[in-house]
Amino acid sequence: MATLFELCDLIRSKNAGPFVLTFDLMFSSRENYDRAKKARPLTRALLAKMYGQAEEDITLVYHDHALAIKASMPRPIFQGELQDSDCYGGQQYVPLLDLRVD
Amino acid sequence: MEVRVLAATGVLGAGFKVESLRRGVELEPTFIACDAGSTDSGPAYLGSGKPKLSRDACKRDLRLLLNARDALRVPLIIGSCGTSGRDVGVDWVADLAREIAAEERIHFRAALIKSDQSAAYLKMRFGHGRIRPLQPAPLLTEDVIESSHVVGMMGAEPIAAAIAAGADVVLAGRASDSALYAAVPLMHGAHAGLVWHAAKTLECGAACAVVPAADGMFAVIRDDHFDIEPLDLAARCTPQSIAAHTLYENANPFLLTEPSGVIDTQYADYVANSERSVRVSGSRFTEAKEYTVKLEGAQLVGYQTAVIGGIRDPHIIRSLDSLLPKAKAYFDARIADLFPGQLSSDDYDISYRIYGRDAVMGLLEPMRDSHAAYEVGVLITITAPSQELANKIATLVSHVSAHLPVPQYHGIISSIAYPFSPPELPRGPVYRFSLNHVVLPDDPCEMFRTEVLEF
Repeated sequence: MATLFELCDLIRSKNAGPFVLTFDLMFSSRENYDRAKKARPLTRALLAKMYGQAEEDITLVYHDHALAIKASMPRPIFQGELQDSDCYGGQQYVPLLDLRVD
Repeated sequence: MEVRVLAATGVLGAGFKVESLRRGVELEPTFIACDAGSTDSGPAYLGSGKPKLSRDACKRDLRLLLNARDALRVPLIIGSCGTSGRDVGVDWVADLAREIAAEERIHFRAALIKSDQSAAYLKMRFGHGRIRPLQPAPLLTEDVIESSHVVGMMGAEPIAAAIAAGADVVLAGRASDSALYAAVPLMHGAHAGLVWHAAKTLECGAACAVVPAADGMFAVIRDDHFDIEPLDLAARCTPQSIAAHTLYENANPFLLTEPSGVIDTQYADYVANSERSVRVSGSRFTEAKEYTVKLEGAQLVGYQTAVIGGIRDPHIIRSLDSLLPKAKAYFDARIADLFPGQLSSDDYDISYRIYGRDAVMGLLEPMRDSHAAYEVGVLITITAPSQELANKIATLVSHVSAHLPVPQYHGIISSIAYPFSPPELPRGPVYRFSLNHVVLPDDPCEMFRTEVLEF
């Protein structure tokens, strides 16, 4: 067992425009990426639950060239709304760090 | 066929190494381009029209680029001028260009392409069903159109038209970052898939390099591939770093929408030319059946005053969930008493962010109930229809918040530690993004106005 944090050399969240939140998980080797691609630690259903979104609104891509998983979803609170506390969407990835990969 | 592209840096004013630009000039680019804007820093820039980066920083970069252009006699394209790309942002960069021209004794023909959208035009297109929401989008009404500052995000066509008409320097309003890099290669008849994929990769400058930097990139687009490398000889890019750049700030790394179509990188192949240069092939571009221009809008929400404090007492921290709703109910009653007939509770907002508990992730915070913090930071924001009202309400809020009726104690207590006197910090106007829509114009250029100036 390993966590996504241990298998990746970069995990980040970011705005993709003011209305979409996106997550990039960059694996530190092809071996780590292949392991995650096989184990599928991230699913649309899990992300929907963690971030309070509808599963059909979530994009999830495994990118073989980039050795990366990418997920995108509607921003839970649109950027710049009075209740938004993360203008760049940059600190929303943290609950993903400890997800386990077989 | 060969088009040589110099990308100066990720955003005008972020800086780049003089040596990198010099090397780019030696590589004899067909044109130079640089983006100057973004929505990433929030709605304040589009709402206010004020640029994010300083005049000095933007002028430094622009001076170096205008001198490089003058030496090479090739087009220089700057897009999304003044952060928001509003007309005032284009005029702001044009003023810098005018000053530099005089100081450096250089001359050029500048095309200013304005992208502000009038309420009359938008209401006409809205009425004809030619404005469509993207997903997700706030509700669009005529009231939203009338109360928003709106820009249209131009594609490559208005930029190409300005260059075809003889512009040496293009200062564009809001533009697709990629369009700045695609316009000239498309004019040369280069392969659309390669052009748009190269453009998408170049638009953040050396953000796709290892290590990412605010610096320049160079690409050479040929018949069946493009080569790309950072201008700084100490930096490099790898097949992985170039492939990974399509992830950055995009929703889907394989399908990237532009006004005229969709970049498809799914079948792209990335190979190393050397330690620091990558060759990309197989990129595709699917022309859209309907041309779309994305709209960005910002609307005034109100005026804000902030109060910052901290709480150290664990009994108070644990009681916040019951104390804060009581405090808010008290504020509503007190405000109704102080401003009778002037303010209803819908007209203002009083919000608490508890740093150390759930301020960053709010209701999504999985650790919210762990009570792990021995100290929390409190940020209170008060938003009202005028700065004067926000300040007045803030003095009430900061006073009451300092004396919360903590159930464990009998008698008055100071429940928040304020570092400042006075604790209220007026913040000025606050804005929200009010549109995530596209217009279906009759022509790619109809929403943009070009003005030619000789400097």
